[in-house]
Amino acid sequence: MSAPAGAPPLPAPPAPVATRARRGRTLRAGALSARVEGRSLAVCAALVVVAAAVSAVSLTTGDYPIGVPDVLRTLAGRGEGADEFIVLGLRLPRLVTGLLVGVALGVAGAVFQLVTRNPLGSPDVIGFTHGAVTGALVVMLLLGGSGAAVSGGAVAGGFASAVLVYLLSRSGGLQGYRLILVGIGLTAALQAVNNYLLTRAEVEQAQAAQVWITGSLNGRTWEQAVPLGVGLALLLPVLLGLSRPLGMLDLGDDAARALGVRVDAVHLVVLALAVTITALAATAAGPVSFVALAAPQVARRLTGTVGPGLVAAGLTGALLVVLSDFAAQRVFAPTQLPVGVVTGAVGGLYLALLLLGQWRRGRG
Amino acid sequence: MVPATSPPPAATAPGARAARRSNRRRATALVLSCALLLLAVLASLAVGSRAVPPGTVLDALRGIGDSQDALVVRELRVPRTLLGVLAGAALGLAGALMQALTRNPLADPGLLGVTSGAAAAMVTAVGVLGVTSRLTLVWASMLGAAVVSVVVYVLGSAGRGGATPVRLALAGTAVSAALTAYTTAQVLLDQQTFDRFRFWQVGSLAGRGLEASWQVLPFIAVGVALGLSQSSSLNALALGVDSGRALGARVGRTRVVTALAVTLLCGAATAAAGPIWFIGLAVPHAVRALTGPDQRWVLSLSLVLAPALLLLGDVIGRVVVRPGELEVGIVTALLGAPVLIALVRRRRLAQL
Repeated sequence: MSAPAGAPPLPAPPAPVATRARRGRTLRAGALSARVEGRSLAVCAALVVVAAAVSAVSLTTGDYPIGVPDVLRTLAGRGEGADEFIVLGLRLPRLVTGLLVGVALGVAGAVFQLVTRNPLGSPDVIGFTHGAVTGALVVMLLLGGSGAAVSGGAVAGGFASAVLVYLLSRSGGLQGYRLILVGIGLTAALQAVNNYLLTRAEVEQAQAAQVWITGSLNGRTWEQAVPLGVGLALLLPVLLGLSRPLGMLDLGDDAARALGVRVDAVHLVVLALAVTITALAATAAGPVSFVALAAPQVARRLTGTVGPGLVAAGLTGALLVVLSDFAAQRVFAPTQLPVGVVTGAVGGLYLALLLLGQWRRGRG
Repeated sequence: MVPATSPPPAATAPGARAARRSNRRRATALVLSCALLLLAVLASLAVGSRAVPPGTVLDALRGIGDSQDALVVRELRVPRTLLGVLAGAALGLAGALMQALTRNPLADPGLLGVTSGAAAAMVTAVGVLGVTSRLTLVWASMLGAAVVSVVVYVLGSAGRGGATPVRLALAGTAVSAALTAYTTAQVLLDQQTFDRFRFWQVGSLAGRGLEASWQVLPFIAVGVALGLSQSSSLNALALGVDSGRALGARVGRTRVVTALAVTLLCGAATAAAGPIWFIGLAVPHAVRALTGPDQRWVLSLSLVLAPALLLLGDVIGRVVVRPGELEVGIVTALLGAPVLIALVRRRRLAQL
């Protein structure tokens, strides 16, 4: 990664990242091949281990502590009545939903950030999340719907606002601050609508809605976990299959085009997939804020790679969500806060630090 | 951002004539704005789910008549209108001052997170410290606004390049996000707080009572006086810190006094009426298009035009969803967001 001869001496750019990316090796199995890199692999393995440890802690602790052997026995299908109900009926579905939501948001966030080439291009900042909230509130409070109808409203609202932001900022391109500022403007308008809807309901209803729109894993059952799991099982392989052109997008649209990537088509497909995945996650747990923003950034810093790093982002997202949920359950016990409160607080601070770092280095 | 009406720099005879002409134009604008404000006040007194004829309004104001109409005007509409005038003036002037101080066309108390700071502080006062006195809440709101404006400004001006408009808006978004999460946690812990909070957070002038206005009046009066006193210094600062200093402006003092004025105005308005977005953003832009960049005119016209717009927004909110009402904070956000998006979509985000 030596500077080309004759180039003016620039204030040293963060070069080592790119050098490390070369150390990978390529695995082939027939027509399929994948580049695997040592450090990424190690980081992913570590993320899995930590997530498993957090999962074990949240399965065993709580108002009714259950020892690890008992939990394992229950998971194997040989538990006693109470254990079985608490582990399989309450804690496990909540945990699984959290893990899946984290994976979904991490991966979707990584895709958004790749396409916009900006850490701020996450669904939280560009208005998608608030659009989903508006859709859900309309269904919940105005139409009196629940369950699947709320999810449908959230998906419709999210899609509508994503399309609106896209159309309003298109002339400026997807990359750059216009997209983000347009998103902030739309977010303000949507927030006003959301606040208005909250004042028009009975207080209990409004409070339940507030919990939902903050993003919560409280009382999640297999009803939420299974559709999300199925959706991810179908969509994630497609995204991973596209990780090669996605990696080239990371070089910049022009370079990718020169390398033979059909940039606009890839953008459209991966954005549609990412929006769908975000919407699926929102239907399971509500719009858990800032995971989509933070997870890919954390993952990138951990693995030290350029390129999409979808797997690492998904694993980081899963870890973030289960950790946050653990904190949300315990910090103000016996009151269980929605997980979105924790991710929002941590994510907001993280965003501030991220911006600070960027500006210190003289970018943006 | 320099509008076509700004006087040409030459100070020769034709230049002087042009300056006179534009002064006349500005004076006309000021008179028209005052007339608009008067009209808005009358509309706010007369229009609503119960329309009151103007004659009855005037009679009621003079204390004549005890019909249902006169009672509605005296008990409900007068406090509401007064609060609208105060909050509007405070937000408009605060927005103009922020835009002048940070030389940032996107400066708005809502956008820069100041109102979320006020909200977080008030929720803490109610939920954690058990404060019930409204005056203490005003102080809490002020403190929150002050702390957050400093934090956002420090964050936004980190590193090389200084506090650009985009950076400040992003810093405001980040800080708001964290504070909103905190506020949500607080209000979800207690249903009563939540119930009060959800009505406060939309930003409304209704049902606050005369008392709410009297409590914030002193703060707003001091804020207005401090803010207007800085207009010439802000003019000098508009040329940049160094030129401003050369022109005799005391940069440090101007900044501190202006920031203090912004805090007083935003904190008081937010405590009384809840977070109201975009009035502080849109009004100074409209005013600059009318008067040119002279801060003396921008500040005083914003002071008059903002309450007029806020009251008109409130009146619109009373009419559009009859027999229900749309709170003024929702009207301003729905009308103001397109303004922001239009500003952003301009080819160049002008620096002030």
